[in-house]
Amino acid sequence: MGFDPLFLARLQFTLNISFHILFPTITIGLAWILLYFRLKYTISRDRAWEYAYFFWVKIFALSFALGVVSGITMSFQFGTNWPGFIEKTGNIAGPLLGYEVLTAFFLEATFLGVMLFGKNRVSNRTHLLATSLVAIGTTISAFWILSLNSWMQTPQGFSIADGRFFAEDWLAIIFNPSFPYRFVHMSLASLLTSAFLIAGVSAWRFNKGVDGPATLLVLKTGVLMAAILIPVQIFIGDLHGLNTLKHQPAKIAAIEAIWNTEHGAPFTVVGFPDETNRTTNLAVKIPKAASLILTHQLDGEVKGLNEFEGEHPPVAIVFWSFRVMLAMAGLMLLVSWWGVWFIYKKTVFPRLLLHALSFMTFSGWVATLAGWYVTEVGRQPWIVYGIVRTAEVVAGHSSEVLTGTVVAYASLYLFLLISYVGTLHYMAGKPAQSLALLQGEAALQSESSEERA
Amino acid sequence: MDYALPLVFMAIMGIALLVYVVLDGYDLGIGLLTPLATDAEKDLMIASIGPFWDANETWIVLGVGVLLIAFPSAHGLVLTSLYLPATIMLIGLILRGVAFDFRVKAGDRKKARWNNAFFIGSLTASAAQGWMLGAYVTGLTPSLINTLFSVFIALTLPALYIVLGSSWLMIKMEGHLQEKAIGWCRAAIVPMGVALLCISIATPLVSETIADKWFTLPNFIGLLPIPVSCTVTFVTILWLLYRIDLIKRGYAWLIMAGTILICIMAALGLAYSLYPYIVIDKLTVWQAASATGSLMFVLIGVIVVLPAVIAYTVFVYKVFGGKTKNLYYGD
Repeated sequence: MGFDPLFLARLQFTLNISFHILFPTITIGLAWILLYFRLKYTISRDRAWEYAYFFWVKIFALSFALGVVSGITMSFQFGTNWPGFIEKTGNIAGPLLGYEVLTAFFLEATFLGVMLFGKNRVSNRTHLLATSLVAIGTTISAFWILSLNSWMQTPQGFSIADGRFFAEDWLAIIFNPSFPYRFVHMSLASLLTSAFLIAGVSAWRFNKGVDGPATLLVLKTGVLMAAILIPVQIFIGDLHGLNTLKHQPAKIAAIEAIWNTEHGAPFTVVGFPDETNRTTNLAVKIPKAASLILTHQLDGEVKGLNEFEGEHPPVAIVFWSFRVMLAMAGLMLLVSWWGVWFIYKKTVFPRLLLHALSFMTFSGWVATLAGWYVTEVGRQPWIVYGIVRTAEVVAGHSSEVLTGTVVAYASLYLFLLISYVGTLHYMAGKPAQSLALLQGEAALQSESSEERA
Repeated sequence: MDYALPLVFMAIMGIALLVYVVLDGYDLGIGLLTPLATDAEKDLMIASIGPFWDANETWIVLGVGVLLIAFPSAHGLVLTSLYLPATIMLIGLILRGVAFDFRVKAGDRKKARWNNAFFIGSLTASAAQGWMLGAYVTGLTPSLINTLFSVFIALTLPALYIVLGSSWLMIKMEGHLQEKAIGWCRAAIVPMGVALLCISIATPLVSETIADKWFTLPNFIGLLPIPVSCTVTFVTILWLLYRIDLIKRGYAWLIMAGTILICIMAALGLAYSLYPYIVIDKLTVWQAASATGSLMFVLIGVIVVLPAVIAYTVFVYKVFGGKTKNLYYGD
């Protein structure tokens, strides 16, 4: 008696990867924002930028630590739960992961020490360099892991013998068809997530009158960043979708909940996909819109789920995740442009806008997770699209053991998530200056180190 | 190439895991020692590893990464067999890692709670690693005696980490805390010796192939330097631990260097025992190896990048060299 081990193994992977991605999503973007703060201070000598850096580098450190430790879990997870995946694809997945460790993990982890604690021990220039290297490291890390993930979605550049993959063309493997889209889409998602994080926390701080000029600078930076990036992200997302239509039509059919191949397919705004009866209940549809979006023609053909029976993903999760992501994008556009209006008019943000921004603090998390559920659940039942099924590669642990580890991970992650948000809330209530002064000697000595530089 | 490359990667994996044991060993050791320290001492001890622990922990990712890259089928076999201890270790490492930040950021009211998490995380991670090592050297074959052996290693391996951690503290600290560290090291050094001795004895008992490799002439004579140098180093460390004057004059690094030497010797012995297996009597390095083309592709990266990694690691240790004095960088 118990749950299906495959289901539990997938649930555990979902838990681990969902918890993990929250933190890199912040750090990949925040690293570049911190570098920007440091550069602004170095050029303008305005202490407010320095305080902004002091405040956010602490949140960066906390997020980074959570990302690192949950990432270690990921590196074990393949072997502990999905040994078949590595046995089959090790020749391809291995080197990509290896390059991530070699070129990114050591770089970011080592220079993080200098970035966080070395400000008064090295020159300003070296500290800027360390900060840049951490930012570059986070991005290189995203490069390799997204290359592997994209290869699993759109595999190429390999041959197969005795059930194992062999690499034939590394450039084709690394730069597989969905990789450029996914890499840009995810990088922008990280920047947007951190933009809304800094804007949301700053709006809260500003509203409570916790802090002075530093908070306002950060608030404006976040809003402007978001306002510029969100239209780009929507455009890239559209390109990514077209790429998916070409390579993974079943995923698109699930996103749109289109059951039968249609010319002039409607876009279902909301509805309840029912896989047993192969229909969408209570669907609200816009005629011909799906065809227009996907094929850029009113009567374009969109393949339906029934063409992929037994080989298409669970429809409802993909369908709803996609709509959550879209809704988030819409809200992001609305709120950030609303903010830009007041920046343009050079007037104070109204209270309602500040509340809206605070409400959107973690909107990047919601959108990013929803997006990943679309792409990952959308790849099912395959682990390597069209070639290896997820069910083929799972380890044979009993459901009792798996239930135990799933519960352990779930409770730990819930506890950590509450602690993380709680700590953010606690820190948000403190002025950046006081946090800078907490470093005591560090703040004093940073001035002398700048003279040295 | 087909013959040499798997061996090269076996060596890279061994070195990465050895570096991990030494580097994260001193971090975890300090975690194990925190309950014995006052609150101010805790801050100082954790500040002394703050800039390093992240990079230190990356070595286990490299070690497991190389296992995955170079020996995919062994990766699956080893990690599915070690499912429970690996999960416990991961949960321990997560708790320990996040506690570094939470203990100083979540507010003073919660600091004691996160200090506990730091200790418990360090303890479970170290013990789980001991369990994994015990299970691995007994060939991943579950039996009552092997399980008892694994439990025994789980209880004693943390002693090695305490020796590493306390010798790090002897180097980085002054005054009363340095003296305390000497006491901790004295208490842990004997259990550490026993644990290492037991691992050395267990491997030949588990497998006749290994016993033959050690206890036949002339192999035995050729291998003598390993136990002899370990014994000599061990005795030297013991002697140094009672020469407080020398430690105070800056020779504490000899204790850490000696412990590292013992680790290197133990690793060499283990490597000799295992060869040519990656899982004793089950899977040889060649049976488990990835395709030559893939290994070549990674080797290029290793040759180019690893020297740079070592260079900037040395740079960072230089930046944070000297005695740990202030609390600010614990923040």
